[in-house]
Amino acid sequence: MSAIEEKKAKTDSGAGFILLFFILGLVSSLLTGWVAFPKLLYSQKSQPFDFNHAIHLDMVDGCESCHFFREDGTYAGVPKLAQCIDCHEEVQGGTEDEAIFVEEYVANYREVPWLIYSEQPDCVFFSHAAHVKSGGMDCVTCHGNIGTSTSLKPYEENRITGYSRDIWGKNIAGIKKNTWDRMKMDDCAACHRENGVKQNSVQTHKGACFVCHK
Amino acid sequence: MKIGRRCFLSFLIGGAAGTALTPLPWKLTDDLSIWTQTWPWTPVPPDGEINYVNSTCMLCSGGCGITVRKIDDRAVKIEGMKDHPVNNGGLCIMGLSGLQLLYGPRRVKEPMKRVGERGEGRWEKISWDAAIAELAQKLNTVRGSSPESVACITDESFGTVPHLFKRFMAAYGSPNLMITPTIQDSYEQTLKLMQGVDGIPGFDLENSKFVLSFGCGILEGWGSSSRMFQAHSRWTETGGKLVQVEPRLSVTAAKADKWVSLNPGTEAVLALGIAQVIIKDGLYNKDFVEKHCAGFEDWEGEDGKKYQGFKNFVLEAFTPDTVARLTGVSANMIQDLATNFVGAEKPIALAGRGKGYTPGSLHEFMAVHALNALVGNINQEGGVWTLDRPDYIGWGEPAQDPVAQKGNGTPRIDGAGTERYANTRSMVNTFAEAVNNGAAVEVLLVSGENPCYTLRGGEAVKKAFEKIPYIVSFSPYMDETAAGADLILPNHTYLERYQDVPAPFGLPIPIIGMTRPVVKPQCDSKHVGDTLILTAKKMGGSVRDAFGWENYEACLKETLGDLWGTLESDGFLVNADYTPPAWDMAFGDESKKFQFFNESYAHGNNKDIFSQLRIEGDPGAFPLILVPAESMRIASGPVADTPFVMKTIPDNVLKDKEIFVEVNPATAAAYGLRDGKSAALSTPAGRARVRVNLCEGIRPGMVAMATGLGRSANSRYIANKGVNFNDLIRPVPDPISGLDSAWGIRAKLERA
Repeated sequence: MSAIEEKKAKTDSGAGFILLFFILGLVSSLLTGWVAFPKLLYSQKSQPFDFNHAIHLDMVDGCESCHFFREDGTYAGVPKLAQCIDCHEEVQGGTEDEAIFVEEYVANYREVPWLIYSEQPDCVFFSHAAHVKSGGMDCVTCHGNIGTSTSLKPYEENRITGYSRDIWGKNIAGIKKNTWDRMKMDDCAACHRENGVKQNSVQTHKGACFVCHK
Repeated sequence: MKIGRRCFLSFLIGGAAGTALTPLPWKLTDDLSIWTQTWPWTPVPPDGEINYVNSTCMLCSGGCGITVRKIDDRAVKIEGMKDHPVNNGGLCIMGLSGLQLLYGPRRVKEPMKRVGERGEGRWEKISWDAAIAELAQKLNTVRGSSPESVACITDESFGTVPHLFKRFMAAYGSPNLMITPTIQDSYEQTLKLMQGVDGIPGFDLENSKFVLSFGCGILEGWGSSSRMFQAHSRWTETGGKLVQVEPRLSVTAAKADKWVSLNPGTEAVLALGIAQVIIKDGLYNKDFVEKHCAGFEDWEGEDGKKYQGFKNFVLEAFTPDTVARLTGVSANMIQDLATNFVGAEKPIALAGRGKGYTPGSLHEFMAVHALNALVGNINQEGGVWTLDRPDYIGWGEPAQDPVAQKGNGTPRIDGAGTERYANTRSMVNTFAEAVNNGAAVEVLLVSGENPCYTLRGGEAVKKAFEKIPYIVSFSPYMDETAAGADLILPNHTYLERYQDVPAPFGLPIPIIGMTRPVVKPQCDSKHVGDTLILTAKKMGGSVRDAFGWENYEACLKETLGDLWGTLESDGFLVNADYTPPAWDMAFGDESKKFQFFNESYAHGNNKDIFSQLRIEGDPGAFPLILVPAESMRIASGPVADTPFVMKTIPDNVLKDKEIFVEVNPATAAAYGLRDGKSAALSTPAGRARVRVNLCEGIRPGMVAMATGLGRSANSRYIANKGVNFNDLIRPVPDPISGLDSAWGIRAKLERA
């Protein structure tokens, strides 16, 4: 083998190695980004006990029976113990979750520390009244078919922000198929644009960012 | 072939390319931006139902209505109650920041018993049952030998809580209940002496058009501060005038239409000088003075003696030249003040310096009130009114057993109510001196007050409190008195309890305010009314029999009767249509007349009493005069500033821990003092290290120091900042009332 050939062979195998390491880097970072990162980013928390929306929805008249607007127009959000206590003073049915609820919370007048999947960061001003009462939107558009669910999914908390995974959406790439898959700022903005919503804040009369960030 | 640098670089490039193809960088950027915009350590109040509770502020005696905004069970904001007769939506900064007292670190969280040395701060937590049992046993033991040696210091005159204390002391057998006097007491005595009425003063300031204020801190906390601020705004809007007579440029003086600076302590002289001009020029209201006044002209008494009337008294002794010499106010200015005062549509003259915490000289009040009589504004629109004392508490006297009768028959240790000070209810100013002079006080109960801080006298007060073997504090906060007590039975704060708050100072209409629980008690505290009732029950005998109520709330409901409903729903009960009695019905004396002078206090032979308000100290050793500088930004009563309010104190009053005193540049130059430099301030009562704040607004020869600082207890936000003014001054009893009339003290300022 001539010296030139020898050098060429060396270079060939060198290029192979370089390519190999390129691919190694590429694959490991892809795995990290797509598989390990979401697992590391979110911690899984379970709710204090399980809750069956479907059973309750059969007994009451729509979501607003429990998730109601107060007299002053503010939105009550997750029900307080006082609403549940009428029916749940005594244990209803035989589930373990029901027993936990009645014995640990109802009996001690302790509010249930529910983890709220749809809680927006504190810098966002959001009014349910404006969307539901004035805008005529239904709950499903943003919250999905939670009303027919029979159990609560695990709550995934973002370790950096402390907020729920549902805001960004389950899909780590941020791809959404349904309106309720994601609750990011761009989703709000897109809907506001599509529906030609008033571009200024009712309270401050300012536009752009200040519609939601007061 | 070896793996080299190129491979490593290739790995990195591959990694970078791969990372760019994952959501990781975009997601991380997004999360970090959310994180930085909503820092997790920024407190965010929990979301919940917004609700409001109407109540009454009790941080001073102003009686302002408050509306507290709550989110679920947590109070988040205190605001002035809209359309409230006192403050109409306004509120002072102390009232606005009251939640820091509720949730802040200075609370006494449970009943505590001292285990270390006094003031060492070592406490043992005890149960309420044990605490009340201990107090009851202690009181029963003392009652066996000398019930009168139990003394009590409290803060209010009216309402069920002070009445419970009065009842407790009466049933127990001690006359030594001391309700801290203020200018309200001086005004009450003025009304008693000059109008013959047992009533409380009201000032129809909203309708006044010319306010001549003799040192009243109209914008510094005199009366109900929010009301006074609004009245001041109204004068500005409607052309009313405020003339402030004061030796230093206070905020009130600065905001007045005219500031009349005078020699300190000569306010009464100036008032009589103005009266002299009014009388000499015949400008007084003849209709009122001739038909409804006595003691104006000279008269012959029933004893056959000739008495000099007010007219000749002032005409002779208070000529403009004399007054100008004494007060430092020019004769022309005196003439102008008199002309403007009588020429104004609805003039009023006010007395009571600063916030009105020091009762002051009764002569000064009477001299100022004589000006009101000369213009005939008594019980007239824009003038000085009289109101009945609240009378809804009809409990009757408690039955007294022989022990109580004997105890109640002993003389008071403070000298109030004696022949000399017959109209004075209590003189807490003499308490420390009495104890130091050997008056026996075995047990001291303290409620709503903080005498270890607010009593004037410095070392003498400390010495007196050291001599008292057993001190019980009912304070909700760890204040100076609680810190030096033997037993603390913490009351609820005013945001956690029911209490009736009647008759705020100076309001011209009768009102009862209701303080009520805004939130449930945050600590293991107990309403002081309940503590008293439980202690009485535990003690047994006639003391128990005097307290038949199950608890304080039952007592309050029963006492208020039909009034409860309105108070519960509105937060206050007011007689907005109140009109004071007409002149022929207004004066309670036999003559049915306003008394400029009468036989019991004619001063014809005692002229110098007006011309010289006493001040302690030898002018040789103490060439300057120290006076208090009061401010809305520093609470100088029993309760110290909240941390928020502390932050509003300017750097030329308090910087870090150092207090500044105002000194005129001329005085500073004479004593070699420079702006911002340290100095040693001494008075006959004490010494302090201060810094100098050169200020053209104070008369030469004077030093002014902020009041309300120099707290030693409370919390780290408050404690050990500045100097307590009360440690540098001593009380001076007024010759008529016996109440503290010290408006200043002689002082020396040296370079340090």
